[in-house]
Amino acid sequence: MMLRRFFAWLRRDLRATISLAFLLALGLLAVCAPLIAPYPVTAQDVDNTLASPSAAHLLGTDDLGRDVFSRMVHGGAATLYASGLAVGIALLLGLPVGLLAGTLGGWVDDAISRFIDALLSFPSIVLAIAVTGALGIGLTNGMIAVGIVFSPQLARLVRARALVVRQELYVDAARCFGASTARILWRHVLPNTVQPVIVQVTLLLAAALLAEASLSFLGLGIQPPSPSWGSMLARAYQNMELAPEQMYAPGLAILCTALAFNTLGESLRIALDPTTKR
Amino acid sequence: MIAAARWRVIRRRLLQALPVLVLATFVVFSLLKLMPGDIAITLAGENATEERIHEIRELYGLNRPFLVQYGNWLAHAMQGDLSKSLANGEAVATSIARAFPNTLLIVVLAMAVALGLGVPLGMLAASRPDGLRDRLVTSIASLGIAVPNFWLAMLLVAWLALNFGWFPATGAVALKDDPLRALHHAILPALALAAGGVAEVSRQLRSSLVEILSSPQVRTLRAKGLSAGVILWKHGLKNAGVNLLTVATLLFNRMLAATVVVEAVFAIPGMGNLIVNAALTRDLPVVQGVVFVMVLVVISINLAADLLYTVLDPRIS
Repeated sequence: MMLRRFFAWLRRDLRATISLAFLLALGLLAVCAPLIAPYPVTAQDVDNTLASPSAAHLLGTDDLGRDVFSRMVHGGAATLYASGLAVGIALLLGLPVGLLAGTLGGWVDDAISRFIDALLSFPSIVLAIAVTGALGIGLTNGMIAVGIVFSPQLARLVRARALVVRQELYVDAARCFGASTARILWRHVLPNTVQPVIVQVTLLLAAALLAEASLSFLGLGIQPPSPSWGSMLARAYQNMELAPEQMYAPGLAILCTALAFNTLGESLRIALDPTTKR
Repeated sequence: MIAAARWRVIRRRLLQALPVLVLATFVVFSLLKLMPGDIAITLAGENATEERIHEIRELYGLNRPFLVQYGNWLAHAMQGDLSKSLANGEAVATSIARAFPNTLLIVVLAMAVALGLGVPLGMLAASRPDGLRDRLVTSIASLGIAVPNFWLAMLLVAWLALNFGWFPATGAVALKDDPLRALHHAILPALALAAGGVAEVSRQLRSSLVEILSSPQVRTLRAKGLSAGVILWKHGLKNAGVNLLTVATLLFNRMLAATVVVEAVFAIPGMGNLIVNAALTRDLPVVQGVVFVMVLVVISINLAADLLYTVLDPRIS
């Protein structure tokens, strides 16, 4: 039943289908990276640096003579892993906090809401940079920082949803039957937050991707010799006058992936919104 | 009577901003606690002598309770004393005073571009929903939101600065030294920064205009024989104004963040440059100082917007 509705939705929404297909292909590419990439990420062809695309090197080589296509494939894996990690942490922090604030209400809600407001007044990347600076640079620390910074957005969303559900008649009924707060949270409030959370998570994946790219571009994220699309852009930037074409592949990859996540998220929002007319 | 009510609203807004300010500054201070290991040893740097470590402990009051440390830090910070850089010993407030105008110029210019392009594009899209122009604007907006600012910045440098030489590729000039050259340097960074803003403004304005234009109130106006243009300008834009203010406020926050990466591309000695270098060398007082000033700016802007709402829309209280 669920599956049939899902396919019916895909048939109706061409943009969502294309985005989803693109992301699935990318995921596959990332999982099979060692099989697909023709060279290891650190293999150098020292006589052949900053080469143009050829049969041996599909996207040319970088300034150290490393195959750009192989690094794109491995970099994609790192980028996707990093985005998933950041959003996972945001979920882990934001979901329970939002649920608690929305369900318990009262002073707990007041305190948590003020804290969310405070965190949301930080420019996101700036706070992520600061947290990375404190935790120490590196991809995992960087993404923990991004996850922390994104968590209030999820918490606020879940809180708002929980506040609405708490007022519902069937929750009152459950309470009359003696259901505990924990049971109400688990059986009634949580399921009701799933749909908006799915939408928000999809959109956050795009934001996390851009954040990873930014941090790695600045040198605060992934550390050499491992590649991510952001750090590849940093290298391309250093060689901009010699080989400006080096910046096209990673930049386009980031753009297309972020676009796919955003498009999918917007389509999901419309599809899951019960007030939309069909 | 009305004035008294408005004053009450303003006072309440100010009071609401206070806990946010306290919590936000608390987060800034707590960054220190995120550092693994003994903070004093990390702050003192590698190969520090025992005396230097002791000195750092005294300087930061690290042997006192956390809340006391925070109170102390906040009291100093509010008076403009943001401690000294561990790297070069310069007062953090001095570095920020030097860097902030460069950042502000780019952000303000980018804001002007975002509104200057986004508002007409949004109106164009809303004038005939689902028409060709609407779809074109909506597609461009999706691209604008997904494009990494710093990549766009690199493309602009490669094409317009290195290839054609129309703009300087790097650096900044202070506005007070030479306004024209300062603007010339700031145009490319501002454009790179504005892409997402143009997209956001046009998208939000389009959706709120479409909603307003399909309301019964506007249908009545149309029935009375008002032209589409008059309706769009006088009634649509006026009602979308409050919404636009919300978007602009959020945008300012986001641009303040994005400028950090864009500044790196153009090697602009602004706030971004300051915090990135500090984060790379774990110069925490500088990191804290930059975040502190930025969050103060954001909270002030939010507060100003809140107060503006009460002027724009008397129903809000």
